[in-house]
Formats: sequence, structure tokens, C-alpha cells
Amino acid sequence: MKASKSTFVLLILLILLSIMSLFVGVIDVSIFDVLKGDFQHLDIVLISRLPRLLAILCTGVGMSVAGLIMQQLCMNKFVAPSTGTTISSAQLGILLALLFMPNSTLVGRVIFSFVAAVAGTWIFVAFIQKIKFKDVVMVPLVGIMMGSVINGVTNYLAYKYGMLQALSSWLVGDFSLIIRGRYEIVFLVLPLVVIAFIFANHFNIVGMGEDFSKNLGINYNVVLFMGLSIAALITASVVVTVGSVPYLGLIIPNIVSIFKGDKIRGTLIDTALFGGVFVLACDIIGRIVNRPYELPINLVVGVIGSILFLGLLFYRLSPSARAKLSERTRKSKQNSIKEA
Amino acid sequence: MQVTNLTKIYGKKSVVDDVSFEIPKGKVTSMIGPNGAGKSTVLNMISRLIARDGGNVDFKGKDIAQWKSRELSKKLAILTQTNNISMKLTVKELVTFGRFPYSGSRVTQEDVKIIDEAIEYMELTEMENRFLDELSGGQRQRAYIAMVIAQDTEYILLDEPTNNLDIYHATNMMKIVRRLCDELGKTIVLVLHELNYAAFYSDYICAFSNGEIAKFGTVEEVMTKENLSEIYNVDFEVLEINGKPLSVYY
Repeated sequence: MKASKSTFVLLILLILLSIMSLFVGVIDVSIFDVLKGDFQHLDIVLISRLPRLLAILCTGVGMSVAGLIMQQLCMNKFVAPSTGTTISSAQLGILLALLFMPNSTLVGRVIFSFVAAVAGTWIFVAFIQKIKFKDVVMVPLVGIMMGSVINGVTNYLAYKYGMLQALSSWLVGDFSLIIRGRYEIVFLVLPLVVIAFIFANHFNIVGMGEDFSKNLGINYNVVLFMGLSIAALITASVVVTVGSVPYLGLIIPNIVSIFKGDKIRGTLIDTALFGGVFVLACDIIGRIVNRPYELPINLVVGVIGSILFLGLLFYRLSPSARAKLSERTRKSKQNSIKEA
Repeated sequence: MQVTNLTKIYGKKSVVDDVSFEIPKGKVTSMIGPNGAGKSTVLNMISRLIARDGGNVDFKGKDIAQWKSRELSKKLAILTQTNNISMKLTVKELVTFGRFPYSGSRVTQEDVKIIDEAIEYMELTEMENRFLDELSGGQRQRAYIAMVIAQDTEYILLDEPTNNLDIYHATNMMKIVRRLCDELGKTIVLVLHELNYAAFYSDYICAFSNGEIAKFGTVEEVMTKENLSEIYNVDFEVLEINGKPLSVYY
């Protein structure tokens, strides 16, 4: 596998935005101060800015890859942690941890939320496999409905036990509260993404269907369950530390797939990088637009994401636009082969 | 491959009832019969895609259920109609999956050679970098066959390979099936609805009716006016064209 031009461009963009992100904030920190050895500014970078940057990157990378895996395994482009039941189950898990173990540490909440996210995702997928919907839109619709039911339960329990306030920080994504010592669990995303890369071809084959997988000697159910669990674990680690950030898992993999196809080995790195770039850009916009106040990340991602999502819907539904883009993709693929 | 007393029961009704036959090696065998006669179910059972409720499927001296799935996929390939066609994979990426039982995710030099040969054999070299969802039905079907060729198995089972293809592409598909047998020495079993394709392009015909084998024999033995009228419950005439028995029904 050779790195393509798009990967290179995304990587450069990611590095530039990362540097920018470190030096945007209420307190002006300049790169020269830090290099001069100004300890106060260095501390700000190490305690607040760097953790924030790393959390943003893990969120962008993780949610995009989780979406990619779920879309492939469910054979449906509109399935993602948010349109499946994954995010809502993870949140319910956190609430249950708060209820049953009021003194629980971060680790306790993480475990509850892992278990709930994995179980919720499995139930959703088992359900859609049983029903075998013919219509692509039905699957995410069912997911959104099931997610709403779970959200309803979560909200009811939170209301009944006076936990609404505590819960809200996991319902809405927020990077501003991230500081050293309280976010490191999000790094779990990285090994999970590596595992996803190793098993990329397995996921691809399972995405082609059960008969297709069996013909190639792959245990369909094992790979399906493993893949869904990875996606659920990634989602849960993000929800526990940052909260839920909508749209990412849905939009990012779809945009990359339009340009680069569905072979996961070929798209996973680009999907991860693009996810990182997208969240970073949204976060920087949120911090700059209304200085010194911050716009919530959900708002920025929501606005930009919705516009992109509408464009995506038009693309998926209009054959002529698809044909045009495919033509371009093919040409660029042929060119890159010629160059090679 | 030797099949004995194969049975499948859905609810209380047995859709395949005590079916026994042997697949002739190095030949093309077509399974025909009315809808619901059990031919696809049999094909799926002898290729381990669905579980059976009774009987034995002996493949190379071992029951098919005893085989490791990965090992079996080097000896026997099955192509059904239920593949996800909305996946944006290129022809070459699809054909590469055919090598998965051998090399997993690590494609070797030898694999690359086999993949290129398979694509060339199916005359897809020009469109090897095109996405499957941009191809015509006939081309896409050829891409799947190329993958099966890359899978390099002795046995190839095909479930209605001419389904949804027009006359030109369906005829081409049958010619490909014949070549796979004659040139590459494959043993091929296919489920077909078009009787005359079965008659013209296969060596043996296995006719199903009500979950049982009504007739199994060479094309000439099975394709008679009496047999076909009985199996399909329709009036038949059998004519001889180019030395092959072809049927007309009305």
C-alpha cells in the first residue's frame, strides 16, 4: 500500500492545525515564549492546551473510524455510532455507574459505559439482521428510534434521581474541561484503531455479506461481533471523556468513501486523518468566532456537519452527480497507477 | 463429492427430502426444477452456507462439516446472488479477496500473478480499476467469476449465474462456465432456470421436484418430453438442434 497524495495533504493540514490549536486561547501563548523557557506559559500548554489537542485528535480519529467500521459491517452508509444505538447506550452506561456506584472513579464509569455501548450496539445489529430491511433508510431510522428510547430511559432515570446536572456533561461534547489527568482514557482509541486497521480486510469481506464471507472461509458472526465491539469501545472511550459529538461517524467516512472507495485498507488512514482535521478545524472556529467565549463543539460540528450531510444526501440520491465524481475518481486512480 | 440422504426441514415441512447423488468430477452439472423444488437449498447445504437437518455430504473423504472453513475455501467456491453490490470496490480489489483463504491480508507476488491472470481470463483488464457499482450486470457477474477463479478451487458452485442478465450476457456467462470446465478442469454445479442453457452447456442434469430428485443423468437422459412434462406440469416438446435436445414449452 502506498501513501497517496490525499493522505499527505491531510497529514500536513493536521500538523498545521494542531500547532495552531496549541496557541489559540484566552491566554495568549506564543511559540517564542514557550521556546524561551517561560514556565508559566509552558504549564498552560502542558496542562490544558496539549491535553485538549490530543483529546480532539482522538475524538476525530476515533469517531470517524468507529463510523467507518459500523457502516461496513451493517452494509449501510447511514449507520454510525449516533444513528445506531452506540452513543446513547454509552451514556446510559455512565448514568447507571453514577446511580449504582455513586463513589465510582473514572475507571468504574468507563467499564459501565463500555459494557453498555457494546451490548446496545449488538442488540441493534441483531435486530436489523433479523428484520432484513430492504430499504436503506429504514436501518438508521430504526437506530435513531431505538437510540431515542434509550435516551428517554436515561433522562427519566436522571430526572428521577436528580442526576440531570451531572449527566449533561456526558450528553454534550465539550473540550474546554479537558485537563491533564482527567482525559487519558481517550487514548484507548489509538490501539483500537490499529486493531481495526489490521482486520480491515476481514471487515470488508463481512461487509460483502454472509454467504460471501463463508465462501472465503471467514467466520461471519465472530468478525461482525468483534468489529462492532471495537466500534462500541472507541465510542465509549470518547463519550466518557469528551461527551457525544454528533455527525462525525456518519459524515467523515462517507465523504472519504466518495473519493476513495470502500476498501478499508485504502481509506482508513484518510478517514482517521480527515476526522482529526475536521474536529480540529471546528474546535478552532468555535474558539475564535466569539472570543473570549467558546462556542460548544456540538454547535460548530452540527452546523458544518448538517450542511455537509445535506450535500451528501443529494450526492447519494442523484445518479448524475455520482457518475461525474466516479469518473474523476477513476481518472485519478488511473493516473496514480501510470505514475507508479 | 457424494451426497447421501440430505434433508432440510423448515417448520414441519421438509423442503429437501432424503436426497442422494454424486457430483461427477470435471463435469458441468445443472440443477433444474420448478420454484421451491429445493435446488438452491441443496446447493447451499452442500457448500456449508446453511445447516442441514439430516444426511451426509462427503467431500474428498471427509464430511463437509468436518472441514476447516478456511481449508474448504481453497477447494470449493460458492457464488450466490446475495452479495452486497452497493460496496464501492474496484474489480481488482474484489478479485484480490479471492486469494484471502491462502494469504489472508498479505498479498504475495504469486497472488498478484494469479489475480492478474484471473482478471485477464474474464477479459476485465481494461476495467480492473473501475468500481463495481459502475459496471453493467454482466460485467459485475464476470468480476465475481474472476474472484472465484483467483480462489483457485477444484469445485465451483453457482446459484443462478444467469439471473437478471439479458440473452447476450446470459449466453456469455454459460460459455464461460463451459470454458471453466473444459480449459481449467473445474467441476461445476449450477442452479439454472433456463432449461435450454442447462441442456446446451452442461454434461449432467439433476432435476428436482418437491424436494426430491426426479431425474439425474446425462442431458440426453433427462431432457425428454415425458420427464419434463412430469417435472414442470406443463406440455413440452423436445427438439434436436445441433445434436442437443432443446425444449419448447407452451
